[in-house]
Amino acid sequence: MTATTTAPPALSPGRRFRRFMADYPIVPLIVLLAVLMVVLEIMRPGIVNERWVANTVKFAIPLAILAACQTMTMLTGGIDLSVGTIATMAAFIVATQTPVHGPAIAVMIALVPGVLIGLANGIGAGVFRVHPLIMTLGTSLIGTGALQVYQRTVIATGSEVPDALAWLGTGVTGGFPNALLVFVPLAAVIIYTLRSTGFGRLLYAVGDNEKASRISGVHYWQVIVAVYIVSGVLAGIAGLLYVGLIKAPSLSLAEPLLLPSVAAAVIGGTSIFGGRGGYAGTIVGALILRVLTTLLTILHMPEGLRDVLFGLIILVVTAIYLRITSDT
Amino acid sequence: MTGFVKRNAWVIGLFALFAALVVLTRTIQPDYGAAGFGSLVQAVLPFAFAVAAQTVVVIAGGIDLSIASMMALTSVTAAVLMDGQTESFAILVVPMVLLLGVLLGAINGALIVISRVPDIVVTLAMLFVWQGTALLVLETPGGAAAEWLKSLLVGTVAIPGVPTAITDWIPRALVVLLVCLAVVFVPLYRSRLGLSIYAIGSNNLAAFRSGVSVGWTRIAAYAIGGLFAAMGGLVLTLSTGIGAPIPGPYLLASVAAVVLGGVALTGGTGGIVGPIVAVFILRLVRSDLTFLAVDPNVTTIVEGAIMVVVVMLGALLALRRRAT
Repeated sequence: MTATTTAPPALSPGRRFRRFMADYPIVPLIVLLAVLMVVLEIMRPGIVNERWVANTVKFAIPLAILAACQTMTMLTGGIDLSVGTIATMAAFIVATQTPVHGPAIAVMIALVPGVLIGLANGIGAGVFRVHPLIMTLGTSLIGTGALQVYQRTVIATGSEVPDALAWLGTGVTGGFPNALLVFVPLAAVIIYTLRSTGFGRLLYAVGDNEKASRISGVHYWQVIVAVYIVSGVLAGIAGLLYVGLIKAPSLSLAEPLLLPSVAAAVIGGTSIFGGRGGYAGTIVGALILRVLTTLLTILHMPEGLRDVLFGLIILVVTAIYLRITSDT
Repeated sequence: MTGFVKRNAWVIGLFALFAALVVLTRTIQPDYGAAGFGSLVQAVLPFAFAVAAQTVVVIAGGIDLSIASMMALTSVTAAVLMDGQTESFAILVVPMVLLLGVLLGAINGALIVISRVPDIVVTLAMLFVWQGTALLVLETPGGAAAEWLKSLLVGTVAIPGVPTAITDWIPRALVVLLVCLAVVFVPLYRSRLGLSIYAIGSNNLAAFRSGVSVGWTRIAAYAIGGLFAAMGGLVLTLSTGIGAPIPGPYLLASVAAVVLGGVALTGGTGGIVGPIVAVFILRLVRSDLTFLAVDPNVTTIVEGAIMVVVVMLGALLALRRRAT
């Protein structure tokens, strides 16, 4: 037998470029981020300085954590639209429980709704096979109702944002926002989990080809329940940091972050159809969105136009990734 | 006869459930009568149009998450157009807004067909696009509605020669709803387009191979959905007298009513009667909870829970059907 090795067919520059984009979406993303910052600097000379960077990062962190929820659920082919409600609940509960039980216990209580809603989402999506989008929308509706009922029971207690959360959310030490103390380890764990652990592989496997993963012995529902619980807890943590940043808990605190969190994950190269993407891109995506928001604010763009723009970004980017990945 | 019963077992069951709920309501609230029914129909109206919109799209095998946003956009457009205008100008506004709805739906459909991105992602993105556009049209709730249009939805129909004891039970809103639904659905059921919509929902490839122009049919289904969303938007403006740029809770309600109404989310089956009865049931449950003096916020939780359970059961049924 003569072993003939066939050289891989030479790719055209266009194909090669598209494959590169599909494999390393983070490179063009960082370029885009730099371009946006240059545009910002040209429009308002002197705006890009140490304080501005710290501020941008500070606001990008809660968004990036919520986008982690979207990244992980999207890898399995799902989405989590309840994160806005979970974050709002965590923020509101921690602010109202602190005067009663002290900050430590309040934080623990605040993370409970995230676990419960995540569990419900996981059971609905994993066991009953409801489309995650509809399931998470439903649980977020229930969560909002529950929060309103809860609000009426705590009117008398008043609210107080724990000092530690305010320090984490708003404080800046030596040019670095204190929230990085939470975010850097968290991001490292998420990236490590997705890249190098069995659980991470399971997320990709389930999202890429559910049938194949099932035949290989993966318990689909266990993976889905686990990922939605993790998503719920992360959303709760994001809510805690966000209330430390905003310092004014309300019943719709984190809802405006929902769409940007999906947009950040989509821009970051995570496929909404599952099986492709990662968290590093999402973080850059969240930064891009924050810079873009600054840009739109400077241009005096009304809130409505921002919604339109974010919606179109999700649509266009998804369509582009679909084109890039369909023929490689 | 038995064939009819067998074919429509689900819808007949829904009617029975609705009747049972009415009886239950009468026991909770003995003076629940024509007036209560009238206000129920008025509350149902925007939901019913949202459900009709969702039904057409789901039968065609898709789903439209942007219905509530389209309703908000058409509602504020109508309110702005009618603001400061004469009463008779409103007669031009209605067709314009309906046309706008068709256009919005057609854009949704066209984007799905052209971009080849799944319905659920495209309409999620469009949810925000239409919502943002509504905010651009009108930043805060405002605008106005013509008086004669508003009076179309309140009160009852007077038919000469029929005692008021009977006409009391025919609210104008119900007539408006039935007429609007019939005008679109009766011709649709009998047309080639209607058949094509069922065909692409039931089996896309088979429909394509039988010569159905799949892309155009999908766009048409979304356009009809947009038309119903515009009707819902108009109803919102007429019942409140102003336009509000914030989408209401119509999305989840429409999906839940479609599922409860016997339309499989996989597409290709079901009709419009089931979902409409289902939306009446869901609203009546809400008013029953109110009669029982349940905290309105708790009512929201119960309602959400009912919808989630309904959707779960629907998904379970679809799973069974696929397995066999």
